[in-house]
Amino acid sequence: MMAVETLRVTNLKKYFFTKQGVVKAADGVNFSIWEQETLGLVGESGSGKSTVAYTIMGIYAPTQGTILFKGKDISKESKKRSKRFKKDIQIVFQDPGSSLNPRRSIKQILELPLRVHRITNGSRTDQIEQLLNMVELPSDYMYKYPLAIGGGERQIVAIARALATNPSFIVLDEPTSALDVSVQAKIINLLMSLQEELNLTYLFITHDLSLMRNLATRVAIMYLGKICEIAPTVEFFKNPLHPYTRMLLSSIPVVSKDEEELKPKKIISRGEIPSPVNIPPGCSFHLRCPEKMDICTRADPMMIEYAQGHFVRCHLYPIETG
Amino acid sequence: MGKTKTATFSRRWDKLKKSWYKFSKNPLSIVGASIVIFVVCLTIFAPFIAPYPEHAGSFVNFNEASMAPSGKHLFGTDVFGRDILSRIIFGYRLSLIMGVVVISIAAPIGISLGLIAGYMKGTWVDTVIMRLTDIFVAVPPLVLALAVCSILTPSVFNAMMAVTLMWWPWYCRMVYGIASSIRNEFFVQAAEVTGSGKPHIIFREILPNCFGPIFTKISLDMGWVILIGAALSFVGLGAQPPTPDLGTMVAEGGRYMPDQWWIAVFPAIAIMFVVFGFNILGDGIRDMLEVEEV
Amino acid sequence: MVEKLLDIRDLHVQFDVYGGTLKVLNGVNLCMEEGEKVGLVGETGCGKTTTAKSILRILPEPPARIPKGEIFFKNQDILKMGSRDIRRIHAHEISMIFQDPTASLNPVFTIGDQLMEAIKYSSIEDGISKREIQRRAIQSLQDVALPDPERILENYPIQLSGGMRQRICIAMALATRSRLLIADEPTTSLDVTIQDQVLRLLGILVQEKETSTILITHSLGIVREWTKRVYVMYAGAMVETARTEELFEKPLHPYTQGLLKAVPKLTGEGIAKGIPGRIPNYLNPPSGCRFNPRCPHVMPVCKIERPPFFTTEGIHQVACFLYKE
Repeated sequence: MMAVETLRVTNLKKYFFTKQGVVKAADGVNFSIWEQETLGLVGESGSGKSTVAYTIMGIYAPTQGTILFKGKDISKESKKRSKRFKKDIQIVFQDPGSSLNPRRSIKQILELPLRVHRITNGSRTDQIEQLLNMVELPSDYMYKYPLAIGGGERQIVAIARALATNPSFIVLDEPTSALDVSVQAKIINLLMSLQEELNLTYLFITHDLSLMRNLATRVAIMYLGKICEIAPTVEFFKNPLHPYTRMLLSSIPVVSKDEEELKPKKIISRGEIPSPVNIPPGCSFHLRCPEKMDICTRADPMMIEYAQGHFVRCHLYPIETG
Repeated sequence: MGKTKTATFSRRWDKLKKSWYKFSKNPLSIVGASIVIFVVCLTIFAPFIAPYPEHAGSFVNFNEASMAPSGKHLFGTDVFGRDILSRIIFGYRLSLIMGVVVISIAAPIGISLGLIAGYMKGTWVDTVIMRLTDIFVAVPPLVLALAVCSILTPSVFNAMMAVTLMWWPWYCRMVYGIASSIRNEFFVQAAEVTGSGKPHIIFREILPNCFGPIFTKISLDMGWVILIGAALSFVGLGAQPPTPDLGTMVAEGGRYMPDQWWIAVFPAIAIMFVVFGFNILGDGIRDMLEVEEV
Repeated sequence: MVEKLLDIRDLHVQFDVYGGTLKVLNGVNLCMEEGEKVGLVGETGCGKTTTAKSILRILPEPPARIPKGEIFFKNQDILKMGSRDIRRIHAHEISMIFQDPTASLNPVFTIGDQLMEAIKYSSIEDGISKREIQRRAIQSLQDVALPDPERILENYPIQLSGGMRQRICIAMALATRSRLLIADEPTTSLDVTIQDQVLRLLGILVQEKETSTILITHSLGIVREWTKRVYVMYAGAMVETARTEELFEKPLHPYTQGLLKAVPKLTGEGIAKGIPGRIPNYLNPPSGCRFNPRCPHVMPVCKIERPPFFTTEGIHQVACFLYKE
């Protein structure tokens, strides 16, 4: 049975035109996500990962490039998209503090998508009770206000809100970054079981590579608006190719000796992350790259397929190899 | 079903209790609320409370004119022999009505415009609304009111219209500031992305987050409108004699200072009293509406 | 016996709020000697920041109250000190780095203004010249590897990145030459590669200046890499303390074990279930051991009595009845 391509992003560019100059937040991003996959999109600040997510959601309109959802072109702002896409694609935002309106009760918050899409099977209260059950929250939570519950539970409500329209694809923008590790574990487990139960496809944005090691089917790393490397999870961690990937991996604080051994040799990260307004010429990473070569300051490398499904964009791996 | 009704009731009761706790943390707030309630009662029951209700109209009794405060006339009488205390109580009526009318017209207009401009920040709608606001704000408020009142016939109604005209921009600006920053919060994006309509987002998502500053401002504004109304009638552009009006009373009484001091001083204190009450109440409302994290 | 730099004994801190009293700190015990790098790890709401603020006496009192406990700093009880002595402690003895560098720096003053003010108020010598203050300011910026310090002195916080701002906060804290540095989640808001840089730098600096440090964090990985000794905190009390290496090799307290299991690992073992339940309601905390409602090994005594520290090996101590000899 052929895998269905849920999302295909082709040459996606999103530029912001500001007084300081052009911010090339996303600059030619290509990837696909298949049904029931979890693609981990990893990067630090300025990498463009959130921009990519928001453009896919339609919060921004792409400057260039196309976004195909189940074969249909949705490369426009969400207000220009037809309602069924808004129903089918949902998002869980990063900050539990502001992703729920502090002045609305949880019942009102969960009711909104039901009302907008006119979903009626049973009374509203019953529907909301069902949603809360699905995410393992007690029914009487619907009368509470967001600030009366903990950050983890707020995120769980945000997940319930995303599920209200019965979507097939959910973008998760660092849903657990602000949470403690034990709360994170609970939420990730919830997400994983929901994925299985409801056949969901996830685009998971994060900076936490250890989390992706255990959650994603494929991982992509972004730096200053471009994807540096993308590969199936096991391959990605077994054989990280891009110097930035290795730098990231070597900087992660881990909790056991076994993990220490898995990390690549320590690469001392030097220098600051340049601002996306001042992207250096050539390869955008060359200012911090320990393997910098002459060509890196002049030419931007192309993405090549190094091994089956493992793509990398770096002059260390020129097109002739692989 | 009965169970849910009691559950809803007890939830609402809990919310009320908590709001009261927040409000009463500062004892001054209770003082403010008491003053306001007291003045409101005075105005409602004026005909029954005022010792000489007929003095609030065209009443003249030169035998008892300019009498100092005494047991018979607690605040004394004015040059026409009218009981000052009674006139103050009826004067409060005018002041409060002015406050209520002005704010109930200016606030909704200003708030709606501010919300719309803030939500549509960066578009032509924003520019048009805010530049219009700028024009009104640039005119000194009292000057505008004076101009309006002198062109039209001086009356309470015209004074109220004039004050309303230069009041709404301040609500617009305040709400614009809040709305334009909230419109970028994730919960607004979430509503947009789901496909919610603009009216819902503006009035059900953004507006509730503005309530704190709005209600505080309304309370403080009551004091201000009363003061400005008094200033207008002080220069003769508001209530006309013999209607009892606090500002007019101070103006007239000024001539007889310092010998018959009570004619001006008591109305002035009355103005201060009610304005103070509203100000302190405003602080309490702000405390009560604060959204806090657990 | 080496004199302890800091000795917190049975600290209780409570907050009066709507609905009652939050009994946040429930008998905190922590001690450290000069030159140590100690970690304080625990999740949100466990009381780590409250503890730090108690040491510095910067808790708003009211609504905070300290009904019981002592905090000895160099053999003097901080809780009994007057405001003049506390100011002296802030200026010369203890400094703190807060979690959010953006909130710690005043946006309307230049970096130079803020840094030099900190140096001025902490200078022990009276009559320190303006030139000397400036020299020290530049030196401290160089110490935290910030390029072009003269220009940075002229900058406003908003012109700099998060990593640079946090390094400036570190520079400010260390320029005052304190004996004790409390770093409360100094790298939480930073990117992973910058976090690595900043922690590395902090390590070098505290070594050079022989500053004792308490590193407060919820990240177990950071604690493991950066500290020599660690305290694990839960719901207002310490539940375990040991040499860092030993804690990670042999976690004893069920909470520590649960925490370590919940951390996603590079070895790809999948994600553990996490710890069931939630942190307790401080208005009405559980009696006995506050972890008992969530503990997989709970025993009847746990609901009645609060476990004291039991020593298992060397300096490894656990507050759990499972280890009562």
